[in-house]
Amino acid sequence: MSKPLLEVKGLKKYFDVTGGIFSRKIGEVKAVDDVSFEVYEGEVLGIVGESGCGKSTTGKTLLRLIEPTDGQVFFNGEDITNLDEDGMRKKRRDMQIIFQDPYASLNPRHKVEKILSEPLIVHGIGTKEERKEKVKKILEVVGLSGEHASRYPHQFSGGQRQRIGIARALIVNPKLIVCDEPVSALDVSIQSQILNLMEDLQEEFGLTYLFIAHDLSVVKHISDRIGVMYLGRMVELTGNEALYDNPLHPYTKSLLSAIPDPDPDMKKERIILEGDVPSPSNPPSGCAFHTRCPDVMDMCKAVRPEFQEVHDKHFVACHLYDTDVPR
Amino acid sequence: MKKPVLEINHLQTHFFTDRGEIPAVDNVSFSIHEGEVLGIVGESGCGKSVTSLSIMGLVPNPPGKIVGGEIIFREQQSNNLKEENLVKVSKKRMRQIRGNQIAMIFQEPMTSLDPLFTIGFQIIEVIKNHQKVSKKEARHKAIDMLKLVGIPRAEEIVDEYPHQLSGGMRQRVMIAIAMACDPEVLIADEPTTALDVTIQAQILDLMKKLNKEKGTAIMLITHDLGVVAEMCDRVVVMYAGKVVEEGSVREILKEPKHPYTKGLIRSLPKMTLREKRLYSIPGNVPKPGSIKKGCRFAARCSDVFDRCYKEDPELIQLSEGHTCRCFLYEKEGEVVHV
Repeated sequence: MSKPLLEVKGLKKYFDVTGGIFSRKIGEVKAVDDVSFEVYEGEVLGIVGESGCGKSTTGKTLLRLIEPTDGQVFFNGEDITNLDEDGMRKKRRDMQIIFQDPYASLNPRHKVEKILSEPLIVHGIGTKEERKEKVKKILEVVGLSGEHASRYPHQFSGGQRQRIGIARALIVNPKLIVCDEPVSALDVSIQSQILNLMEDLQEEFGLTYLFIAHDLSVVKHISDRIGVMYLGRMVELTGNEALYDNPLHPYTKSLLSAIPDPDPDMKKERIILEGDVPSPSNPPSGCAFHTRCPDVMDMCKAVRPEFQEVHDKHFVACHLYDTDVPR
Repeated sequence: MKKPVLEINHLQTHFFTDRGEIPAVDNVSFSIHEGEVLGIVGESGCGKSVTSLSIMGLVPNPPGKIVGGEIIFREQQSNNLKEENLVKVSKKRMRQIRGNQIAMIFQEPMTSLDPLFTIGFQIIEVIKNHQKVSKKEARHKAIDMLKLVGIPRAEEIVDEYPHQLSGGMRQRVMIAIAMACDPEVLIADEPTTALDVTIQAQILDLMKKLNKEKGTAIMLITHDLGVVAEMCDRVVVMYAGKVVEEGSVREILKEPKHPYTKGLIRSLPKMTLREKRLYSIPGNVPKPGSIKKGCRFAARCSDVFDRCYKEDPELIQLSEGHTCRCFLYEKEGEVVHV
């Protein structure tokens, strides 16, 4: 296997909760709580989880769009958590992001040309003429035409805007793209167009994706490996097939069983979880999932499970798979 | 066979804007029987939400207006069947029906509850509007409804405000409000789109239970074909303001006929097998009113031929209960004239 392009070690992001007239700190929201994983060159790592599980925060923190509270991020073997602003900006030429909402992530007052050439200006690439040429080329790569450069974002449909978002990430020729829910705001028929485009681009430019989504069938389609997050923690991480054929963590199992299947002949046993996701400002003790887990044991309430390798490259954080502890 | 509770015939809802008259719902007909779950499927802008607002008499006017067609609501009163055309009834009568006999759940549980009033107040408001009960009884009923939809600590929650509840809980409250007067028809407009999968499973389970126990007919509007397979008996597929296909869940999902339905099903990523490439329908979802002539789907259709651009196809009956709006099937069935 190729070497890891991105290595995340013990990443934490706590947001302060302030209150009172002096805005004193009265608590913390543990949005990302000790998450570690690796992304190898040329692969797609999918991250799934429900809203509030910290998957988007993870994506933004490792690009340092949000400063991490603790932990390290290695890109190409270099620790980027201690880089200064200038150094980080240079690094971002290789690490780009596509946002969820194609309506909010493009400046409505700028023409597409300006939106797309801005990353080139920031990184000092090319002359004015070269940049113009490059914008035209990249628009064609993502399935639009060169003349679209002189239009404003509101003149495009949702799917087309997402193509512009992809073009903006792609134009500086990055190695890694963090895709934060890139298709969840799109209609079904448009969603498949964008997914196909992203796969084509990956092949053409040798890209590595960190693909964040809440839709399990989309993640399954595009990813090589998948990580499942719950309440700021990674609970399971393994290859695509292994996760769907042999899920180990009780949360993964119930998540998979909860997806409605469009085949009316598929009758499956559903595990319906009770209750809601607990608030990350006051996460349960021990294993964060113990309040809703169907297989809960006494020790789950007290001891936080280690994220350990159970099978070959199949990581899970659950006491059910502890080997050294007598049950 | 019993007559349907709700029958929509040639409904036309148009919007009058600066850019001209836009037919958001163009000649739509379908019906819902007692105890049935009917799915309405379509992408954004296909007119599925406007159809439901038309039934409820909630189309904003101006700019919207029902310009044609009828909405027949049938109500069993002791021994005779009372028929009413909801397009024609007075505002006062509509107010009596709305929330009492036909209730609606909206997509956004975050915005459809009033943040300034307690949960209890909002449920009691519905009950007191439609039934002659005392304050105390109404409050009692509200607590019972909250228990019915599976809200824990109902006695306490009744005095809480919407912001104190999570998304799934708020959607349960919405269902409690909608079910408070035991409606004959429940219209659910994307009830689970804003919710997470594990919460979605809970809400769908609850709706199914209410449908089975109370015999409430449900009109479920969604774009998620998985939810359709899970919940519905029959499905209506809409595209650009028109019904393009109607049939039983099995017919639509297993043997779809219309090129649009086919494409929609093929373009979903499958959980069971891994395809190298997803099928995708080319082009974009058309803006309402942008296509004036011919089949609305012609520009994106894989089986398109000359005639599709010139004439508008009729709905064709393929078998009992299965209709499709496409020239390809002209020889196979008869044109439906409802």
